[in-house]
Amino acid sequence: MGMTITEKILAKHAGVERVTPGEIINANVDLVLANELSAAVAIKEFHRVEGAGRVFDPEKIALVADHFVPAKDPRSAEIAASMVRWAHEQNVTHIFDVGKGGIEHVVLPEEGLIAPGELIVGGDSHTCTYGALGAFATGMGSTDISAAFCLGEVWLKVPQSVKVVYHGALEPFVYAKDLMLHTIRMLGGIDGATYQAIEFTGETIDAMSITGRLTMANMAVEAGAKNGIIAPDEKTFAYVRERTTRAFEPVFSDPDAHYERVIEIDASALVPTVAMPHSPENTVPVTQCVGVKVDQVFIGSCTNGRIEDLREVAHILKGKRVAESVRVIVNPGSQRVYIQAAEEGILGALAAAGCAVNTPGCGACFGGHMGTLGAGEVCISTTNRNFVGRMGSPEASIYLASPATCAASALFGSITDPRSLTLEPATR
Amino acid sequence: MLQGHAFTYGKNVDTDVIIPGRYCNLTDPAELGKHALEDLDKNFATTVKPGDFIVAQTNFGCGSSREHAPIAIKGAGVSAVIAKSFARIFYRNSLNIGLPVFECPEAVDGISAGDEVRVDPATGTIENVSKGTHYTAHALPPFMRALVDAGGLRPYVEQRLRERAAARR
Ligand code: SF4
Repeated sequence: MGMTITEKILAKHAGVERVTPGEIINANVDLVLANELSAAVAIKEFHRVEGAGRVFDPEKIALVADHFVPAKDPRSAEIAASMVRWAHEQNVTHIFDVGKGGIEHVVLPEEGLIAPGELIVGGDSHTCTYGALGAFATGMGSTDISAAFCLGEVWLKVPQSVKVVYHGALEPFVYAKDLMLHTIRMLGGIDGATYQAIEFTGETIDAMSITGRLTMANMAVEAGAKNGIIAPDEKTFAYVRERTTRAFEPVFSDPDAHYERVIEIDASALVPTVAMPHSPENTVPVTQCVGVKVDQVFIGSCTNGRIEDLREVAHILKGKRVAESVRVIVNPGSQRVYIQAAEEGILGALAAAGCAVNTPGCGACFGGHMGTLGAGEVCISTTNRNFVGRMGSPEASIYLASPATCAASALFGSITDPRSLTLEPATR
Repeated sequence: MLQGHAFTYGKNVDTDVIIPGRYCNLTDPAELGKHALEDLDKNFATTVKPGDFIVAQTNFGCGSSREHAPIAIKGAGVSAVIAKSFARIFYRNSLNIGLPVFECPEAVDGISAGDEVRVDPATGTIENVSKGTHYTAHALPPFMRALVDAGGLRPYVEQRLRERAAARR
């Protein structure tokens, strides 16, 4: 029997012919990632490991300060600074401090640090984003990351694979975000694919931009999955080759690979979709939420903080004014996105429309700072999680949606179906 | 032998309620423990006693990879978490840091809030002392069992480093 793309990448990195789901392997990693929060705990653990001393390979580690930066308080300043200090001590080459990086999962693909067929582990659950480029990537805790810093290898249980096949073209104002929110529900909710690999396939994915694919793979963990993955194609190769000269070996699923289940989704029937409070699995067509008053709109995150996302938002808000009753907060995903958006006049247009444009980083996404919600407040957000307390007060409510739905809602101060706007969607 | 009283919760207890993001710049277990479950159960951190258990439905610990979550629970004094099932990263993190976690749907159904519970981590036997019932948790896969027996992931890493140093000699 054949193997899936996930199984093949794992087998290659474990140095074996084949692997089977359920089996525990030791795999070599191509890159180990941490942010300042997971690094703080991982570095503490690294110092406790007898015989560690140096990291396995300073060129295969990426450290990104993104969660609490620019520092929100003295303690946050200290942990970010100590990560940077440790990186220098260890000669870590890929270190992204404030003003030089942005959100880890936006930065790493952009910087050419991810390529098809590679194996990446990260001290952040949305490490699964990189599966969009045909890599195996999964999130872990800090102790595992410390082990990977020491050894350059991790133990992994080979996941079963689930295949999702998408048919048809997305309608105007329907995006990868809508498709993924819908998919989470189709997979069985937030534990629908626990411990599994989700393989996204079909003509809808073939037609999708790399940005859209990154959005899809990003939220694989919201279905409980270990990784999400998309087979690389010409678009992937072009994206990666523009960013690195490193050799890589693309991997594809065999036609007779085994899947635990195969789900078919008609993407052409999909409408703009919203996840209602307090779980990403509470998805409904936007029409069911239209009119819900919002206090805040948040645009950003590793799910939807890329340039195409900001273009979409600017397309809707340019020359207009967001509702008086609403705060609109925009965090570009990375420094590169920020520069590009500035060059295209997007930042200025958004500021003129009444948006608060922040420096790149996680910001309000996880209730850290720069847009924390108060008790009783309602927010519609382009992020990936809307659990109780995620963006601040446990008494706040969060709706998850696409950048277009969020921008449309910003205009009216209440949840709005972007299809009701009298304008064409931006060209992607 | 672990012994204490049960705090019971529902399904999908996520890491944002176990330890909210706003506290994730802390690393000290005792400090994190003071905020454990604060958005789900305000009284938890002030009433939990050393040895007590968290007993929950399915998918405990879903969401972020923050190791702060099991550290906060352990820091609060909890001796083990018993659930119908666990989210992947939380489960792995718990074993790595030495917070015992037991998958046992029958025990979860048979334990009410406040029940006195005794657990033998070596055998996975769970006893509801208040009700006089016994359960057996799913056994850990051998590799993870070995990790736990060694005291978490660190001793395993040290062993691998020694093997490599020896191979170089
Ligand atoms: S943007 Fe949000 S989900 Fe993404 S890494 Fe930052 S905190 Fe996590």
